[in-house]
Amino acid sequence: MDFRFDMIIEYSPYLIKGTLLTIGLSLAGILIGTVLGLFIGLGKMQRRRLLAWPFVWYITFFRGTPLFVQILLIHFGVVPMLIGQTNGIVATIIALSLNAAAYIAEIFRAGIQSIDRGQMEAARSLGMTHVQAMRYVILPQAFKRMIPPLGNEFIVLIKESSLAAIVATPEIMYWGRVMAGKYYRVWEPYLTAAIIYLILTISLSFLLNILERRLKTE
Amino acid sequence: MIKVENLQKTFGSHKVLNGINVVVQPQEVVVVIGPSGSGKSTFLRCINLLETITDGHVLIEEVDITDKSSNINKVREEVGMVFQHFNLFPHKTVMENITLAPLKVRGIPEQQARSKGMELLKKVGLEDKAEAYPDSLSGGQKQRVAIARALAMEPKIMLFDEPTSALDPEMVGEVLEVIKQLAREGMTMVVVTHEMGFAREVGDRVIFMDGGLIIEENKPREIFENPQHERTKAFLSKVL
Ligand SMILES: Nc1ncnc2c1ncn2[C@@H]1O[C@H](COP(=O)(O)OP(=O)(O)O)[C@@H](O)[C@H]1O
Ligand SMILES: [Mg+2]
Repeated sequence: MDFRFDMIIEYSPYLIKGTLLTIGLSLAGILIGTVLGLFIGLGKMQRRRLLAWPFVWYITFFRGTPLFVQILLIHFGVVPMLIGQTNGIVATIIALSLNAAAYIAEIFRAGIQSIDRGQMEAARSLGMTHVQAMRYVILPQAFKRMIPPLGNEFIVLIKESSLAAIVATPEIMYWGRVMAGKYYRVWEPYLTAAIIYLILTISLSFLLNILERRLKTE
Repeated sequence: MIKVENLQKTFGSHKVLNGINVVVQPQEVVVVIGPSGSGKSTFLRCINLLETITDGHVLIEEVDITDKSSNINKVREEVGMVFQHFNLFPHKTVMENITLAPLKVRGIPEQQARSKGMELLKKVGLEDKAEAYPDSLSGGQKQRVAIARALAMEPKIMLFDEPTSALDPEMVGEVLEVIKQLAREGMTMVVVTHEMGFAREVGDRVIFMDGGLIIEENKPREIFENPQHERTKAFLSKVL
Protein backbone atom coordinates (compact mmCIF):
# COMPACT_ATOMS: atom_id res chain seq x y z
CA MET A 1 0.00 0.00 0.00
CA ASP A 2 1.38 3.38 -0.90
CA PHE A 3 0.88 6.07 1.72
CA ARG A 4 1.11 9.54 0.24
CA PHE A 5 3.01 11.59 2.75
CA ASP A 6 3.35 14.31 0.14
CA MET A 7 -0.40 14.98 0.46
CA ILE A 8 -0.09 15.49 4.18
CA ILE A 9 2.93 17.72 3.73
CA GLU A 10 1.11 19.75 1.12
CA TYR A 11 -1.81 20.25 3.49
CA SER A 12 0.19 20.63 6.65
CA PRO A 13 -0.21 24.45 6.86
CA TYR A 14 -3.99 23.98 6.80
CA LEU A 15 -3.90 21.09 9.21
CA ILE A 16 -1.88 23.20 11.64
CA LYS A 17 -4.36 26.06 11.35
CA GLY A 18 -7.18 23.57 11.73
CA THR A 19 -5.57 22.12 14.83
CA LEU A 20 -5.19 25.56 16.36
CA LEU A 21 -8.83 26.28 15.61
CA THR A 22 -9.88 22.98 17.17
CA ILE A 23 -7.89 23.86 20.28
CA GLY A 24 -9.46 27.32 20.32
CA LEU A 25 -13.00 26.00 19.87
CA SER A 26 -12.46 23.41 22.58
CA LEU A 27 -10.98 25.90 25.02
CA ALA A 28 -13.82 28.33 24.43
CA GLY A 29 -16.35 25.52 24.89
CA ILE A 30 -14.64 24.34 28.05
CA LEU A 31 -14.40 27.79 29.62
CA ILE A 32 -17.87 29.06 28.71
CA GLY A 33 -19.41 25.64 29.33
CA THR A 34 -17.85 25.41 32.78
CA VAL A 35 -19.02 28.84 33.93
CA LEU A 36 -22.46 28.29 32.46
CA GLY A 37 -22.54 24.75 33.84
CA LEU A 38 -21.82 25.90 37.39
CA PHE A 39 -24.60 28.45 37.10
CA ILE A 40 -27.08 25.93 35.68
CA GLY A 41 -26.09 23.27 38.19
CA LEU A 42 -26.69 25.65 41.09
CA GLY A 43 -29.94 26.70 39.43
CA LYS A 44 -31.13 23.13 39.27
CA MET A 45 -30.32 22.57 42.94
CA GLN A 46 -32.55 25.38 44.14
CA ARG A 47 -35.04 24.41 46.78
CA ARG A 48 -37.91 26.16 45.02
CA ARG A 49 -39.05 23.76 42.34
CA LEU A 50 -40.54 26.39 40.08
CA LEU A 51 -37.28 28.32 39.84
CA ALA A 52 -35.33 25.12 39.22
CA TRP A 53 -37.65 24.11 36.40
CA PRO A 54 -36.01 26.06 33.52
CA PHE A 55 -32.62 24.63 34.47
CA VAL A 56 -33.98 21.11 34.58
CA TRP A 57 -35.41 21.55 31.08
CA TYR A 58 -32.24 23.10 29.79
CA ILE A 59 -30.29 20.03 30.87
CA THR A 60 -32.95 17.68 29.55
CA PHE A 61 -32.95 19.34 26.13
CA PHE A 62 -29.20 19.53 25.61
CA ARG A 63 -28.52 16.04 26.88
CA GLY A 64 -31.51 14.57 25.12
CA THR A 65 -30.86 15.79 21.57
CA PRO A 66 -27.85 15.12 19.33
CA LEU A 67 -25.12 17.75 19.21
CA PHE A 68 -25.31 17.39 15.43
CA VAL A 69 -28.87 18.68 15.48
CA GLN A 70 -27.99 21.42 17.98
CA ILE A 71 -25.18 22.68 15.75
CA LEU A 72 -27.46 22.86 12.73
CA LEU A 73 -30.19 24.64 14.68
CA ILE A 74 -27.74 27.14 16.09
CA HIS A 75 -25.83 27.65 12.85
CA PHE A 76 -28.82 28.13 10.53
CA GLY A 77 -31.34 29.36 13.08
CA VAL A 78 -29.98 31.05 16.17
CA VAL A 79 -26.82 32.75 14.88
CA PRO A 80 -28.48 34.43 11.86
CA MET A 81 -31.17 35.67 14.24
CA LEU A 82 -28.50 37.18 16.47
CA ILE A 83 -26.01 38.65 13.99
CA GLY A 84 -27.89 38.65 10.70
CA GLN A 85 -25.67 36.09 8.94
CA THR A 86 -24.25 32.62 9.47
CA ASN A 87 -20.86 32.19 11.09
CA GLY A 88 -19.50 28.71 11.59
CA ILE A 89 -17.04 29.57 14.36
CA VAL A 90 -19.60 31.48 16.41
CA ALA A 91 -22.18 28.74 15.94
CA THR A 92 -19.71 26.03 16.94
CA ILE A 93 -18.63 27.85 20.09
CA ILE A 94 -22.21 28.48 21.11
CA ALA A 95 -23.29 24.91 20.42
CA LEU A 96 -20.30 23.33 22.16
CA SER A 97 -20.65 25.62 25.18
CA LEU A 98 -24.38 25.15 25.61
CA ASN A 99 -24.09 21.41 25.14
CA ALA A 100 -21.13 21.00 27.49
CA ALA A 101 -22.84 23.22 30.08
CA ALA A 102 -25.66 20.71 30.41
CA TYR A 103 -23.25 17.87 31.18
CA ILE A 104 -21.03 20.03 33.36
CA ALA A 105 -24.06 21.22 35.34
CA GLU A 106 -24.78 17.60 36.23
CA ILE A 107 -21.13 17.04 37.15
CA PHE A 108 -21.24 20.04 39.48
CA ARG A 109 -24.51 18.96 41.02
CA ALA A 110 -23.29 15.42 41.61
CA GLY A 111 -20.01 16.75 43.03
CA ILE A 112 -21.70 19.10 45.44
CA GLN A 113 -24.28 16.57 46.52
CA SER A 114 -21.60 13.97 47.13
CA ILE A 115 -20.23 16.08 49.99
CA ASP A 116 -21.55 14.86 53.33
CA ARG A 117 -24.46 16.90 54.68
CA GLY A 118 -22.58 17.27 57.95
CA GLN A 119 -20.07 19.57 56.26
CA MET A 120 -22.70 22.16 55.47
CA GLU A 121 -24.22 21.79 58.92
CA ALA A 122 -20.89 22.22 60.65
CA ALA A 123 -20.16 25.32 58.60
CA ARG A 124 -23.59 26.81 59.26
CA SER A 125 -23.39 26.00 62.96
CA LEU A 126 -20.24 28.13 63.09
CA GLY A 127 -22.23 31.11 61.85
CA MET A 128 -21.23 30.97 58.18
CA THR A 129 -23.81 32.01 55.62
CA HIS A 130 -24.88 29.55 52.95
CA VAL A 131 -22.62 31.31 50.44
CA GLN A 132 -19.62 31.26 52.78
CA ALA A 133 -20.16 27.58 53.54
CA MET A 134 -20.33 26.81 49.82
CA ARG A 135 -17.27 28.84 49.01
CA TYR A 136 -14.93 27.76 51.81
CA VAL A 137 -16.16 24.29 52.70
CA ILE A 138 -18.31 22.60 50.07
CA LEU A 139 -16.95 23.73 46.69
CA PRO A 140 -13.24 23.15 47.41
CA GLN A 141 -14.03 19.56 48.36
CA ALA A 142 -16.52 19.05 45.55
CA PHE A 143 -14.07 20.46 43.01
CA LYS A 144 -11.54 17.72 43.67
CA ARG A 145 -14.15 15.06 43.04
CA MET A 146 -15.28 16.82 39.87
CA ILE A 147 -11.90 16.72 38.15
CA PRO A 148 -12.12 13.19 36.70
CA PRO A 149 -15.63 13.58 35.26
CA LEU A 150 -14.84 17.12 34.09
CA GLY A 151 -11.74 15.78 32.35
CA ASN A 152 -13.90 13.20 30.63
CA GLU A 153 -16.28 15.87 29.49
CA PHE A 154 -13.46 18.03 28.15
CA ILE A 155 -12.13 15.11 26.14
CA VAL A 156 -15.57 14.43 24.72
CA LEU A 157 -15.81 18.10 23.84
CA ILE A 158 -12.53 18.10 21.89
CA LYS A 159 -13.70 15.12 19.88
CA GLU A 160 -17.18 16.46 19.27
CA SER A 161 -15.82 19.76 18.02
CA SER A 162 -15.14 17.78 14.82
CA LEU A 163 -18.86 18.05 14.06
CA ALA A 164 -18.17 21.71 13.30
CA ALA A 165 -16.88 20.57 9.91
CA ILE A 166 -20.44 20.16 8.70
CA VAL A 167 -21.05 23.89 9.00
CA ALA A 168 -17.77 24.67 7.21
CA THR A 169 -15.80 25.69 10.28
CA PRO A 170 -12.19 25.19 9.13
CA GLU A 171 -10.98 22.96 11.98
CA ILE A 172 -9.12 19.66 11.69
CA MET A 173 -11.93 17.54 10.30
CA TYR A 174 -12.89 20.22 7.78
CA TRP A 175 -9.43 20.07 6.21
CA GLY A 176 -9.45 16.32 6.41
CA ARG A 177 -12.61 16.26 4.33
CA VAL A 178 -11.21 18.79 1.87
CA MET A 179 -8.13 16.60 1.36
CA ALA A 180 -10.24 13.50 0.98
CA GLY A 181 -12.43 15.23 -1.59
CA LYS A 182 -9.56 16.56 -3.61
CA TYR A 183 -7.50 13.37 -3.87
CA TYR A 184 -10.21 10.73 -3.42
CA ARG A 185 -8.10 9.19 -0.67
CA VAL A 186 -9.31 7.83 2.66
CA TRP A 187 -6.39 6.79 4.83
CA GLU A 188 -4.14 9.83 4.60
CA PRO A 189 -6.64 12.54 5.61
CA TYR A 190 -8.66 10.60 8.17
CA LEU A 191 -5.76 8.81 9.82
CA THR A 192 -3.93 12.12 10.09
CA ALA A 193 -6.97 13.72 11.68
CA ALA A 194 -7.35 10.77 14.06
CA ILE A 195 -3.73 11.05 15.15
CA ILE A 196 -4.04 14.79 15.77
CA TYR A 197 -7.15 14.26 17.92
CA LEU A 198 -5.38 11.49 19.77
CA ILE A 199 -2.44 13.76 20.53
CA LEU A 200 -4.80 16.46 21.81
CA THR A 201 -6.83 14.15 24.04
CA ILE A 202 -3.82 12.30 25.41
CA SER A 203 -2.14 15.62 26.26
CA LEU A 204 -5.24 16.77 28.09
CA SER A 205 -5.52 13.49 30.04
CA PHE A 206 -1.88 13.85 30.97
CA LEU A 207 -2.37 17.41 32.27
CA LEU A 208 -5.47 16.37 34.22
CA ASN A 209 -3.62 13.46 35.79
CA ILE A 210 -0.91 15.81 37.01
CA LEU A 211 -3.50 18.20 38.42
CA GLU A 212 -5.36 15.39 40.14
CA ARG A 213 -2.22 14.00 41.71
CA ARG A 214 -1.13 17.41 42.89
CA LEU A 215 -4.48 18.08 44.54
CA LYS A 216 -4.44 14.69 46.19
CA THR A 217 -1.14 15.25 47.94
CA GLU A 218 -2.10 18.73 49.09
CA MET B 1 -30.24 31.56 78.42
CA ILE B 2 -32.26 29.11 76.30
CA LYS B 3 -35.99 29.01 76.44
CA VAL B 4 -37.91 26.46 74.42
CA GLU B 5 -41.67 26.83 74.27
CA ASN B 6 -43.98 24.19 72.90
CA LEU B 7 -41.46 23.16 70.26
CA GLN B 8 -42.93 20.95 67.56
CA LYS B 9 -41.31 19.38 64.54
CA THR B 10 -42.74 17.23 61.81
CA PHE B 11 -40.92 15.60 58.90
CA GLY B 12 -43.56 15.23 56.23
CA SER B 13 -46.35 13.52 58.14
CA HIS B 14 -44.04 12.11 60.80
CA LYS B 15 -44.30 14.06 64.04
CA VAL B 16 -40.94 13.95 65.78
CA LEU B 17 -41.26 16.60 68.50
CA ASN B 18 -44.60 16.92 70.21
CA GLY B 19 -44.31 20.12 72.20
CA ILE B 20 -41.08 20.50 74.14
CA ASN B 21 -40.74 23.03 76.94
CA VAL B 22 -37.32 23.64 78.47
CA VAL B 23 -35.51 26.49 80.15
CA VAL B 24 -31.73 26.35 80.42
CA GLN B 25 -30.12 28.75 82.87
CA PRO B 26 -26.74 30.38 82.31
CA GLN B 27 -23.86 28.05 83.27
CA GLU B 28 -26.20 25.11 83.54
CA VAL B 29 -25.29 21.70 82.10
CA VAL B 30 -28.37 19.89 80.86
CA VAL B 31 -27.96 16.27 79.80
CA VAL B 32 -30.52 14.76 77.45
CA ILE B 33 -31.01 11.00 77.46
CA GLY B 34 -33.54 8.73 75.81
CA PRO B 35 -33.92 5.86 73.37
CA SER B 36 -32.76 6.13 69.78
CA GLY B 37 -35.31 7.88 67.59
CA SER B 38 -36.90 9.76 70.48
CA GLY B 39 -36.06 13.13 68.92
CA LYS B 40 -32.97 14.14 70.92
CA SER B 41 -30.92 15.16 67.91
CA THR B 42 -33.84 16.93 66.31
CA PHE B 43 -34.41 18.86 69.53
CA LEU B 44 -30.78 19.94 69.63
CA ARG B 45 -30.73 20.84 65.95
CA CYS B 46 -33.81 23.00 66.37
CA ILE B 47 -31.98 25.07 68.97
CA ASN B 48 -29.67 26.48 66.30
CA LEU B 49 -32.11 26.09 63.43
CA LEU B 50 -30.30 23.33 61.59
CA GLU B 51 -33.86 22.07 61.31
CA THR B 52 -36.74 24.36 60.48
CA ILE B 53 -39.18 24.61 63.36
CA THR B 54 -42.73 23.52 62.63
CA ASP B 55 -44.33 25.26 65.58
CA GLY B 56 -43.44 26.82 68.90
CA HIS B 57 -40.64 29.15 69.92
CA VAL B 58 -36.95 28.97 70.75
CA LEU B 59 -35.41 31.96 72.50
CA ILE B 60 -31.65 32.33 72.82
CA GLU B 61 -30.79 35.11 75.23
CA GLU B 62 -34.25 36.64 74.74
CA VAL B 63 -33.94 36.56 70.93
CA ASP B 64 -36.70 34.54 69.31
CA ILE B 65 -34.85 32.62 66.59
CA THR B 66 -38.12 31.40 65.09
CA ASP B 67 -38.97 35.02 64.33
CA LYS B 68 -38.28 35.66 60.64
CA SER B 69 -36.65 39.00 61.38
CA SER B 70 -33.93 37.62 63.65
CA ASN B 71 -30.51 37.03 62.10
CA ILE B 72 -29.93 33.32 62.43
CA ASN B 73 -26.26 33.54 61.46
CA LYS B 74 -25.66 35.92 64.35
CA VAL B 75 -27.44 33.54 66.71
CA ARG B 76 -25.41 30.59 65.45
CA GLU B 77 -22.20 32.50 66.16
CA GLU B 78 -23.19 32.37 69.83
CA VAL B 79 -24.20 28.70 69.84
CA GLY B 80 -21.46 26.14 69.23
CA MET B 81 -22.33 22.64 68.11
CA VAL B 82 -20.39 19.40 68.29
CA PHE B 83 -21.59 16.49 66.17
CA GLN B 84 -21.46 12.75 66.61
CA HIS B 85 -19.39 12.37 63.44
CA PHE B 86 -17.12 15.37 64.09
CA ASN B 87 -17.72 16.93 60.67
CA LEU B 88 -14.24 18.39 60.50
CA PHE B 89 -13.34 20.00 57.16
CA PRO B 90 -11.05 17.35 55.60
CA HIS B 91 -9.43 19.74 53.11
CA LYS B 92 -8.16 22.02 55.86
CA THR B 93 -5.52 21.55 58.53
CA VAL B 94 -6.49 21.41 62.18
CA MET B 95 -5.50 25.05 62.59
CA GLU B 96 -7.45 26.08 59.49
CA ASN B 97 -10.48 24.19 60.74
CA ILE B 98 -10.35 26.21 63.92
CA THR B 99 -9.62 29.61 62.42
CA LEU B 100 -11.89 29.49 59.36
CA ALA B 101 -15.04 30.81 60.99
CA PRO B 102 -13.32 33.43 63.20
CA LEU B 103 -11.55 34.76 60.08
CA LYS B 104 -14.46 34.71 57.67
CA VAL B 105 -17.42 35.28 59.96
CA ARG B 106 -15.99 37.46 62.71
CA GLY B 107 -13.35 39.01 60.47
CA ILE B 108 -10.60 38.99 63.08
CA PRO B 109 -6.95 39.25 61.97
CA GLU B 110 -5.10 36.06 61.02
CA GLN B 111 -2.44 36.45 63.69
CA GLN B 112 -4.99 36.79 66.44
CA ALA B 113 -7.06 33.88 65.13
CA ARG B 114 -4.01 31.62 65.08
CA SER B 115 -2.86 32.48 68.57
CA LYS B 116 -6.38 31.91 69.85
CA GLY B 117 -6.40 28.64 67.91
CA MET B 118 -3.14 27.58 69.52
CA GLU B 119 -4.52 28.39 72.95
CA LEU B 120 -7.56 26.23 72.26
CA LEU B 121 -5.45 23.37 70.93
CA LYS B 122 -3.45 23.46 74.16
CA LYS B 123 -6.67 23.34 76.07
CA VAL B 124 -7.76 20.15 74.30
CA GLY B 125 -4.23 18.74 74.43
CA LEU B 126 -3.44 18.83 70.71
CA GLU B 127 -1.03 21.71 70.24
CA ASP B 128 1.34 19.44 68.29
CA LYS B 129 -1.38 18.69 65.70
CA ALA B 130 -1.98 22.23 64.44
CA GLU B 131 -0.65 21.51 60.94
CA ALA B 132 -2.03 17.97 60.65
CA TYR B 133 -4.99 17.10 58.46
CA PRO B 134 -8.08 15.57 60.08
CA ASP B 135 -7.62 12.26 58.26
CA SER B 136 -4.42 11.62 60.18
CA LEU B 137 -6.12 11.95 63.59
CA SER B 138 -7.81 9.36 65.76
CA GLY B 139 -11.52 9.70 66.50
CA GLY B 140 -10.91 11.12 69.94
CA GLN B 141 -8.47 13.67 68.56
CA LYS B 142 -10.93 14.64 65.82
CA GLN B 143 -13.65 15.27 68.33
CA ARG B 144 -11.36 17.37 70.50
CA VAL B 145 -10.48 19.47 67.44
CA ALA B 146 -14.20 19.82 66.71
CA ILE B 147 -14.74 21.12 70.22
CA ALA B 148 -11.85 23.58 69.83
CA ARG B 149 -13.31 24.69 66.50
CA ALA B 150 -16.66 25.44 68.07
CA LEU B 151 -15.02 27.24 71.01
CA ALA B 152 -13.03 29.47 68.64
CA MET B 153 -16.19 31.44 67.96
CA GLU B 154 -16.42 32.09 71.71
CA PRO B 155 -19.98 30.82 71.95
CA LYS B 156 -22.11 31.39 74.99
CA ILE B 157 -23.80 28.03 74.61
CA MET B 158 -22.45 24.65 73.49
CA LEU B 159 -24.59 21.85 72.11
CA PHE B 160 -23.23 18.31 72.00
CA ASP B 161 -24.98 15.59 70.02
CA GLU B 162 -23.66 12.23 71.22
CA PRO B 163 -20.06 13.45 71.08
CA THR B 164 -18.61 10.07 72.06
CA SER B 165 -20.95 7.64 70.31
CA ALA B 166 -18.74 7.24 67.24
CA LEU B 167 -15.58 6.69 69.27
CA ASP B 168 -13.70 3.57 70.21
CA PRO B 169 -14.17 2.95 73.94
CA GLU B 170 -10.62 3.88 74.86
CA MET B 171 -11.09 7.37 73.41
CA VAL B 172 -14.33 8.25 75.15
CA GLY B 173 -12.58 9.42 78.29
CA GLU B 174 -10.34 12.02 76.67
CA VAL B 175 -13.32 13.72 75.02
CA LEU B 176 -15.50 13.64 78.13
CA GLU B 177 -12.61 15.13 80.07
CA VAL B 178 -12.59 18.18 77.78
CA ILE B 179 -16.35 18.60 78.16
CA LYS B 180 -16.05 18.30 81.94
CA GLN B 181 -13.41 20.99 81.91
CA LEU B 182 -15.80 23.26 80.00
CA ALA B 183 -18.49 22.57 82.58
CA ARG B 184 -16.13 23.56 85.37
CA GLU B 185 -15.41 26.82 83.55
CA GLY B 186 -19.10 27.60 83.59
CA MET B 187 -20.07 27.00 79.95
CA THR B 188 -23.80 26.64 79.38
CA MET B 189 -24.28 23.27 77.70
CA VAL B 190 -26.88 20.88 76.40
CA VAL B 191 -25.40 17.41 75.99
CA VAL B 192 -27.13 14.45 74.36
CA THR B 193 -25.32 11.32 75.49
CA HIS B 194 -25.56 7.67 76.39
CA GLU B 195 -22.75 8.03 78.94
CA MET B 196 -24.75 7.74 82.12
CA GLY B 197 -21.70 8.09 84.35
CA PHE B 198 -20.94 11.39 82.69
CA ALA B 199 -24.57 12.54 83.04
CA ARG B 200 -24.49 11.78 86.74
CA GLU B 201 -21.17 13.46 87.33
CA VAL B 202 -21.45 16.59 85.21
CA GLY B 203 -25.15 17.21 84.63
CA ASP B 204 -26.97 19.79 86.70
CA ARG B 205 -30.16 18.39 85.31
CA VAL B 206 -31.09 15.34 83.27
CA ILE B 207 -33.91 15.30 80.75
CA PHE B 208 -35.39 12.00 79.65
CA MET B 209 -37.03 12.12 76.24
CA ASP B 210 -39.20 9.54 74.56
CA GLY B 211 -41.54 9.76 71.57
CA GLY B 212 -40.77 13.43 70.99
CA LEU B 213 -41.75 14.44 74.51
CA ILE B 214 -39.93 15.22 77.71
CA ILE B 215 -41.12 12.44 79.97
CA GLU B 216 -39.18 13.39 83.03
CA GLU B 217 -36.54 15.88 84.14
CA ASN B 218 -34.73 16.14 87.40
CA LYS B 219 -31.40 16.26 89.17
CA PRO B 220 -29.21 13.36 88.00
CA ARG B 221 -29.35 11.66 91.41
CA GLU B 222 -33.13 11.76 91.46
CA ILE B 223 -33.56 10.49 87.91
CA PHE B 224 -31.09 7.66 88.23
CA GLU B 225 -31.99 6.54 91.74
CA ASN B 226 -35.62 7.36 91.87
CA PRO B 227 -37.20 7.59 88.40
CA GLN B 228 -40.90 8.46 88.54
CA HIS B 229 -42.15 7.22 85.20
CA GLU B 230 -42.45 3.70 83.89
CA ARG B 231 -40.79 4.61 80.61
CA THR B 232 -37.85 6.18 82.40
CA LYS B 233 -37.47 3.10 84.56
CA ALA B 234 -37.65 0.81 81.54
CA PHE B 235 -35.04 2.85 79.67
CA LEU B 236 -32.67 3.12 82.61
CA SER B 237 -32.91 -0.58 83.38
CA LYS B 238 -31.63 -1.22 79.87
CA VAL B 239 -28.72 1.19 79.88
CA LEU B 240 -27.47 1.17 83.46
N1 LIG C 1 -34.30 14.70 58.05
C1 LIG C 1 -35.22 13.83 58.49
N2 LIG C 1 -36.23 13.46 57.70
C2 LIG C 1 -37.18 12.58 58.13
N3 LIG C 1 -37.20 12.04 59.34
C3 LIG C 1 -36.21 12.37 60.20
C4 LIG C 1 -35.17 13.27 59.83
N4 LIG C 1 -34.33 13.42 60.88
C5 LIG C 1 -34.83 12.63 61.86
N5 LIG C 1 -35.96 12.01 61.46
C6 LIG C 1 -36.77 11.08 62.27
O1 LIG C 1 -37.07 11.72 63.47
C7 LIG C 1 -37.05 10.81 64.54
C8 LIG C 1 -36.16 11.33 65.64
O2 LIG C 1 -34.85 11.35 65.18
P1 LIG C 1 -33.65 11.91 66.04
O3 LIG C 1 -33.97 13.27 66.49
O4 LIG C 1 -32.42 11.72 65.26
O5 LIG C 1 -33.64 10.93 67.29
P2 LIG C 1 -32.51 10.58 68.33
O6 LIG C 1 -31.41 11.59 68.16
O7 LIG C 1 -33.17 10.65 69.66
O8 LIG C 1 -32.06 9.20 68.01
C9 LIG C 1 -36.60 9.48 63.97
O9 LIG C 1 -37.74 8.67 63.79
C10 LIG C 1 -36.00 9.85 62.65
O10 LIG C 1 -36.22 8.82 61.72
MG1 LIG D 1 -29.42 11.32 67.59
